Amino acid sequence: MTDIIQLMHSAVIFGTVIMLGAVGEIITEKAGHLNLGVPGVMYIGGISGLMASFFYENAAAEPSGIISVILSLTATIVGSGLAGLLYGFLTVTLRTNQNVTGLTLTIMGGGIANFFGGMLSKYAGGVGKISTDAASSCYRAYFDFLTGDSTSNPLYAIFGYGWMTFVAIGIAVLAHLFLKKTRAGLGLRAVGENPATADAAGINVTKYKYGAIVVGSVISGLGGLYYTMDYVNGTWIIDGNIEALGWLAVALVIFTTWKPLNAIWGAYLFGLLYWSYLYIPGLTRSSQEIFKMLPYLVTLAVLIVVSLRKKKENLPPEHLGLPYFREER
Amino acid sequence: MSDSHKKHTEPLLRVVKFEGMSRGRRWLVRLIAVLTSLIVSGILILLLAGMNPITVYGTMLRASFGSTRLVWNLLRDSSTLLLLGVGLAPAFAMKFWNIGAEGQMLVGGIATAFCMKYFTGMPTVLLILVMITVSLIAGALWGLLPGVFKAFWNTNETLFTLMMNYIAIQLTSFMVSQWEVGAGNNTVGIINSKGHEGWIPGLFTSQYNKDFGINVLIVLIVTVLMFVYLKYSKHGYEISVVGDSVNTARYAGINVKKVYIRTMILSGAVCGLAGFLAVSGVSHSISTSTAGGRGFTAIIVAWLAKFNTFSMIAIAILLCFLDQGALEIASSCNVNTYVSKIITGVILFFLLAGEFFTMYRVKIRGRHQNP
Repeated sequence: MTDIIQLMHSAVIFGTVIMLGAVGEIITEKAGHLNLGVPGVMYIGGISGLMASFFYENAAAEPSGIISVILSLTATIVGSGLAGLLYGFLTVTLRTNQNVTGLTLTIMGGGIANFFGGMLSKYAGGVGKISTDAASSCYRAYFDFLTGDSTSNPLYAIFGYGWMTFVAIGIAVLAHLFLKKTRAGLGLRAVGENPATADAAGINVTKYKYGAIVVGSVISGLGGLYYTMDYVNGTWIIDGNIEALGWLAVALVIFTTWKPLNAIWGAYLFGLLYWSYLYIPGLTRSSQEIFKMLPYLVTLAVLIVVSLRKKKENLPPEHLGLPYFREER
Repeated sequence: MSDSHKKHTEPLLRVVKFEGMSRGRRWLVRLIAVLTSLIVSGILILLLAGMNPITVYGTMLRASFGSTRLVWNLLRDSSTLLLLGVGLAPAFAMKFWNIGAEGQMLVGGIATAFCMKYFTGMPTVLLILVMITVSLIAGALWGLLPGVFKAFWNTNETLFTLMMNYIAIQLTSFMVSQWEVGAGNNTVGIINSKGHEGWIPGLFTSQYNKDFGINVLIVLIVTVLMFVYLKYSKHGYEISVVGDSVNTARYAGINVKKVYIRTMILSGAVCGLAGFLAVSGVSHSISTSTAGGRGFTAIIVAWLAKFNTFSMIAIAILLCFLDQGALEIASSCNVNTYVSKIITGVILFFLLAGEFFTMYRVKIRGRHQNP
């Protein structure tokens, strides 16, 4: 029983990181932009929030958790928003190739984050010495009146998470409602399916694209913040983990067939698949490596099945990855 | 009233398509982009590392051209990157977004390492030929799969090849744990470190790892062959027609499915060969970082060169030069080496943005004569 609770708990925490990454990417892809810079955006989101909290908590005599949380949230929103703006400026205004620009953003985001993360570690006195206790404990505080003290209480697997875990679900639901129930959401989907038609219908294509890219990046960036604050408890480790999770988020977008609601259970499923090797008895270390292939294999299977069935509502946005230039129709 | 209305109809800046820029001007634009990016990254280094920009460029030059060994290192790294770019060129030329070079290179590397480990009895030349063949086959298979699905079911190739990368990475971790020296060590170590079976020897000296002449030679041969293939062969023509418009290709009687599959086999095979070079010619070992993100960087190389394999030479050398230089700066200024990734990113962004000015013109309101 304790094992199952532990597994569910780690799956949800793992899932929340990629859920936020994926929901952001779904919004971006709905505008027809395949942002392969998601890992970079998550890196930048993670490091900006961490730096804000660290410098505040280092400077303040008695750091307040709430202020530290607000500062880190603001920094993450600004940082990942700027990263999205850069990608948007290049791909929308300068019409550069989306794949190439996204990959460059991933290279640079990883560089920026690990550079500052490394400097910060050195400043703090060694690897893993960065501590943002006030913020991290505020992020990680859970409803212990519901779960009791014990981590083997079944309720712990449901409520034993920091508040951002529930905010992530809220964001996914809001994204769904936005895309399906609002006029702007309809416009956004039109832009991704066929920008020329949307343009003719009086939709400001450029504005929609910029909006979707920046908002999407901010949501993905929050995934990076969740990683630094909840997943690794408010410090910085240079191990390329955020990049791996970022690519998994891109995979999750395919798995969900571009639907934010599917991202909720899909993310937790990926988490279960990812961690299950720890709880299956008799696995050697090498067969564990094969197990870690599962999320990617499952995604590939979904991608293939979707393309075989060709159901319109499951296919990627028609103009995904293609630039739009009004004079060129 | 009508005046203010007029003002709004014409935006301040307007972008118009501009075709037929001469070759020379296009390279001039790129040169300006490189120079601007060097200035910007110089300022960045000044801010991040507190190093004087002039010394920075001096250090960078020394890091790549300071000694014969460093020049060979530069050639070694840029030739691997170039080979990957060359491998991607045919796929990109038919607008097939093969972003799976990383995975194709890794499976090529696994196949090579497998032969190095188990076929030690063979004569060196034969062994190397076998290794080349299996790495080509492994890469080709890894490219074939997304090619087939794209051809028959129009499965999105970008996402497919991306997933194949991660499957290849996990496969590599699996092989590493199978072959690791010392339990729990998680490294394969140097394979055949005593007998050097399956190692590519030097071209100018019989020693290993002194010069990388054979690596460079192999890559240059493939580069020239690919250039000829794309420019002068019937296959190359078909690729460019498919890249321009699938419908036109169909109308002209080209079997688009066949072109997709054939080209992806070729593209994957060349990337697999890069895995052979990295394992047999450079590291003599295999790990998940054998490709080390170069499969992704190569995409940028191939794109910036507009699929011209000779232009790729310049871009690959430039990127490796910057990387080597930035690493040197990082170690001499005692900052961490990720500064090189930041600088690479800045330069690539400038080069990408520069492409815009070779294809479009920005018109400012009221500055042009003909209405």
